[in-house]
Amino acid sequence: MNIKILGAFAAVALLAACSSDDKMATPGTTAATSGIVAGSQEDLVANVGDRVFYDLNKSALKTEGKATLDRQAAWLAKWAKNNVQVAGNCDERGTSEFNIALGNRRAKASKDYLVAKGVAGTRISTISYGKDRPVALGSNEQAWMQNRNAITSVK
Amino acid sequence: MTRPMTGIDQQILPALTVPGFGRRRMLAGGAGLITLPMIPHGAWAQATRPGAAEITVDRARNEPIAIALPAFSGDSAGLARDIVGVISNNLARSGLFRVIDPAAYVNASGGDAPNFANWKAISAQALVTGKVDGQGGDKVRVEFRLWDVLQGAQIQGTAYTATLTNWRRIAHIMSDVIYERMLGEKGYFDTRIVYIAMSGPKDRRVKRLAIMDQDAENNRFLTDGSFLVYSPRFHPTQDKITFMSYSNNRPRVYTFDLATGRQQIMGQFEDITLSPRFAPDGNSVVMAQTRGGGSDIISVGANGSGVRRLTDGGGAIDVSPCYAPDGTQIVFNSDRGGDQQLYVMDAGGGGIKRISFGASRQYATPMWSPRGDLIAFTSFNSATFSIGVMRPDGSGERILSESFYCEGPTFAPNGRMIAFTRETASQDARGRGYSSKLVTIDIAGFNERVVNTPTDGGDASWSPLGQ
Repeated sequence: MNIKILGAFAAVALLAACSSDDKMATPGTTAATSGIVAGSQEDLVANVGDRVFYDLNKSALKTEGKATLDRQAAWLAKWAKNNVQVAGNCDERGTSEFNIALGNRRAKASKDYLVAKGVAGTRISTISYGKDRPVALGSNEQAWMQNRNAITSVK
Repeated sequence: MTRPMTGIDQQILPALTVPGFGRRRMLAGGAGLITLPMIPHGAWAQATRPGAAEITVDRARNEPIAIALPAFSGDSAGLARDIVGVISNNLARSGLFRVIDPAAYVNASGGDAPNFANWKAISAQALVTGKVDGQGGDKVRVEFRLWDVLQGAQIQGTAYTATLTNWRRIAHIMSDVIYERMLGEKGYFDTRIVYIAMSGPKDRRVKRLAIMDQDAENNRFLTDGSFLVYSPRFHPTQDKITFMSYSNNRPRVYTFDLATGRQQIMGQFEDITLSPRFAPDGNSVVMAQTRGGGSDIISVGANGSGVRRLTDGGGAIDVSPCYAPDGTQIVFNSDRGGDQQLYVMDAGGGGIKRISFGASRQYATPMWSPRGDLIAFTSFNSATFSIGVMRPDGSGERILSESFYCEGPTFAPNGRMIAFTRETASQDARGRGYSSKLVTIDIAGFNERVVNTPTDGGDASWSPLGQ
């Protein structure tokens, strides 16, 4: 189930990457799409932004990522019954075991930011998939940039 | 015994069993179970004459031993051919033997008194002859002799009586005897490898625990692939493994009893536990536990109790711990200094000391050799990944293999061979061309070979030697 959701995200991310040169997907800047139920996972993806990106080997949030998490915090304040999972991911240029810990660190960094913005920590679980749930399948920097992320999903 | 073995003493060989595996072995699916009868007995005969051909492994690297394996005689020709095939494959894959092409054999009849001139003529240094006879029912008797061609003398003569289903193990045990008698070191052929079998596309990779003989035969899947699994590592007795599982979407360390299929979670932790390895005495598992944004090295008693925290990285990632074979020290991977490097500490957790210092390189996945003399590791920079070895004090670093991506070395139990994971890059945005293979290489960096696993594979652990 979870895997299928990630697969759908991958398609979204790839399309965004193709259509905007080296700029990362920023779905929050697009207009609300009709047919999406407000407060749903689709709403989060299309109108808020479900993921933030990290630099190589890093877990520090970047300006764009903070903006995405600010929107997520506001969205979570509005949809107070929604609990979420933040899943940390890594690119393929790291060893398997370390990447699980690094993905966890990225997920925790996003969670900590959301908590600092007022979201109850009990509403946010974290997990890491290391490098085994990439959204982009290429072996190049453009793919790796997309795969160094933390993805928020409604649980 | 219709013909006497010349010039040798006969003794009774102690029962040939590998603990746990000698009796029972897991089958596919994680639930099936069959009994594998142990080899009932063997008759042992060993050369009394000292000074049989022995050369060092380092010399053999440059000059593999030329060995001839003519067809075994006896009333079970098909089985005999299979046994010789397994032995030939083992010896050749070691890189330390060159099996002479049977087409070159002249008057290949073996028996008790080979015509050594015929074998000298094709430059054979060693000769293996044998005989396979049915013993009624499912019993078979396999006799083999190892000859020093140059000296014209028998080095070893051994007979095994076993059940037919054990024929591969007999071939591996015979391979180990040949290896040890010719090289003066223990072989590693009667061993198994646990690893992660992989299939499916890169973004939905299916990973299953699997176990196989070291030559990739007798492959068995231990989990069904419905959840991610990582880092299977053998218990020192081979009875069980420890591994990390995403069962129920909760990534935690478990043990897996190979005889019963029983899985047990190792301790109750809020956070992720990962990268486990058994202590050399088998009584505890050392692993990493995430805490905040980092992870610490902890030790957990084999029954899941008795948790000891060995490092407190203060937010650093400490991961991939591995004991020295004497149990006094632990090597692990940490980014506490910024980059990932290798550190050694006392088994109790004190005296942390960095040992890796390669210029602009990072280090990960250390494994201490069963001989104690080397630590194997993954090393990488932005361009390439390598498998290498260094002494436990960090000196004498050597890179054995380099590629787009490799990681996770595991030593064969004699410390002479390493298996590791090698991945190829995707060739396009759909991930085509991506693969993961298990590869072996000797510790001198020669004889690199892909292991012929049924599916993609990696993240392996080589079993200890049987007894």
